[in-house]
Amino acid sequence: MRVRVIAGAAIAAIVLLLPLVAGPFLRYLVLNMLLLALLALSFNLLFGMTGLLSFGQGAYYAGGAYAAALLLRAGVPMLWSILLGALAAAALAAVLGAFCVRHTRIYFSMLTLAFGMLVYAVVWKWTDVTGGDDGLIGIPRGRLGLPGPLDFSLDSPVRYYLFAAILVLISMAILHRLSASPLGLALQAIRENAERAEFSGIRVRRTIYIAFVTAGLFAGLSGALLAPLEQTVSPSTAHWTKSAEPVMATLIGGPFSFLGPIVGAVVYLGLKEIIVRFTEYWLLVFGLVLLATVLTFRSGLVGAAADLIARKRRA
Amino acid sequence: MLFQGLVGLSEAMYLWLVAAGLSLIFGVMRVLNFAHGSLYMLGAYFAWVAFRISGSFWVALLAGPLLVGAAGWAMEFGFLRRVYSAPEAFQLLLTFAFVLILDDAVKLVFGPVYQSPPTPAALSGAVLIGRSILPTYHLFILGVGALVGLGLWLFLEKTSFGLVIRATAADREMARALGVRSSRLFTWVFVLGAILAGLGGALSMPVRAISPGMGEFIIIEAFVVVVLGGLGSLRGAFLGSVLIGLLHAYGLLFMPVFELALGYMAMALVLIVRPWGLFGVREG
Repeated sequence: MRVRVIAGAAIAAIVLLLPLVAGPFLRYLVLNMLLLALLALSFNLLFGMTGLLSFGQGAYYAGGAYAAALLLRAGVPMLWSILLGALAAAALAAVLGAFCVRHTRIYFSMLTLAFGMLVYAVVWKWTDVTGGDDGLIGIPRGRLGLPGPLDFSLDSPVRYYLFAAILVLISMAILHRLSASPLGLALQAIRENAERAEFSGIRVRRTIYIAFVTAGLFAGLSGALLAPLEQTVSPSTAHWTKSAEPVMATLIGGPFSFLGPIVGAVVYLGLKEIIVRFTEYWLLVFGLVLLATVLTFRSGLVGAAADLIARKRRA
Repeated sequence: MLFQGLVGLSEAMYLWLVAAGLSLIFGVMRVLNFAHGSLYMLGAYFAWVAFRISGSFWVALLAGPLLVGAAGWAMEFGFLRRVYSAPEAFQLLLTFAFVLILDDAVKLVFGPVYQSPPTPAALSGAVLIGRSILPTYHLFILGVGALVGLGLWLFLEKTSFGLVIRATAADREMARALGVRSSRLFTWVFVLGAILAGLGGALSMPVRAISPGMGEFIIIEAFVVVVLGGLGSLRGAFLGSVLIGLLHAYGLLFMPVFELALGYMAMALVLIVRPWGLFGVREG
């Protein structure tokens, strides 16, 4: 327990003190890693806990991004735009999730992918609201939106970095707390044996539905935080290649520990940053990495490290 | 109107070939092949290469699917069978890795440009039916689709190999206990599914632009089809494809803005009324 608190505090300190030493490039990269880590954690709330593989997290990511972008462009202050954006994504997840959670594993994966691409198609075609394939541009950063002296401007990149980083860290703490809560334990019981969980009084479908909507909320928050960072949003946020990123990050880091998706997001974006300097076919490289991961070490980097430590202790 | 219907039906036939393979593989092996759209794409590219070398459409139509069959063999024999004992999510992830690899590999080898070879001379004309002019090639595709459907039905219902496939789909353990060598059977079923997808791709070559993204589009459509029809049911895959094809064709005519969403709306409706699909078996 104490190790976890120290690890959490260390991560928070590194993230928050980073602007003191890092330039714009590193700051941008780290914020992207944080956003992907949050998206991957939301994905893993379903996958790691219940074994349900969602290929449609991009839908809620885009939902949050577009909702926040529209609110910011309408002049709503930052904090409220971001939170309402995340809520809009949760509402979207509440509607689509009602269809998805009626189904067991394979149907679930197909449905999340199909609904993800439905959202993509809607974003692409609904030009009046979403700007079609151009997306939305000129998203302002504006003021925070709290009363009195707290209503400062977030226009500077460093301030925006800190704002977004704090929100991501708070979300991570909530998600971590959630994994040890009754909901988290119920989800694990469902993963191990859904039938037995049902008999012991867990309402399986409702529990999964709550997890699905929660995952949509945090995926939406990640997307909502992207909009002011890039100051544009495009339909690619809803595309299945975006939904694939949290899947790959989680698999690389390891789906069976809380830290896995976070480590995976850092490694994934770090690797991508290096690979794109050599080739534009980085998806090919990640396809091969994914193939190797599935065939050889399914518990990911964190799982492999934990095995190594356990073996050393025994020796 | 008739023209639009024919276009819809011929579009449905590509979808049917992909969905049939997807459904067949799932029915027997309980593996959902995300890369099935990529195999369709490979079919188009292989057929295109065969056409460039031989100059004959018919050679291309034969070579494309067979080469995809070989690729399917490599995929099942080399990789997929190593994860049959893993949770099904990892089987899905493995086929998903192939989507990433094949899509980018095709881009790497052939470039991202849209390739469009010509329609063969014998099939490039049009036929006058009533007051509508119908392109011969579309009628040809309809014929092939119907023929494949009939062939599959005869194969599964009337041959001993088909009987073994049906037995394994119905009860894998029992079939194995009765002496079915399921690992060999799995390989052949996967190859057959791959050939069907490859045939769809090869057939699409003269009329649809060939591009690295063509697989991802059709796999999602195929998912909608198998959810509509019931995963594992070939009858469902056929009727689902026809339904989606017609919905798209007439949707484009009457409400172009909603055209893309129509298939999903049909899927959502079926999920509410019959969650296991029109011809599927109730889960659990």
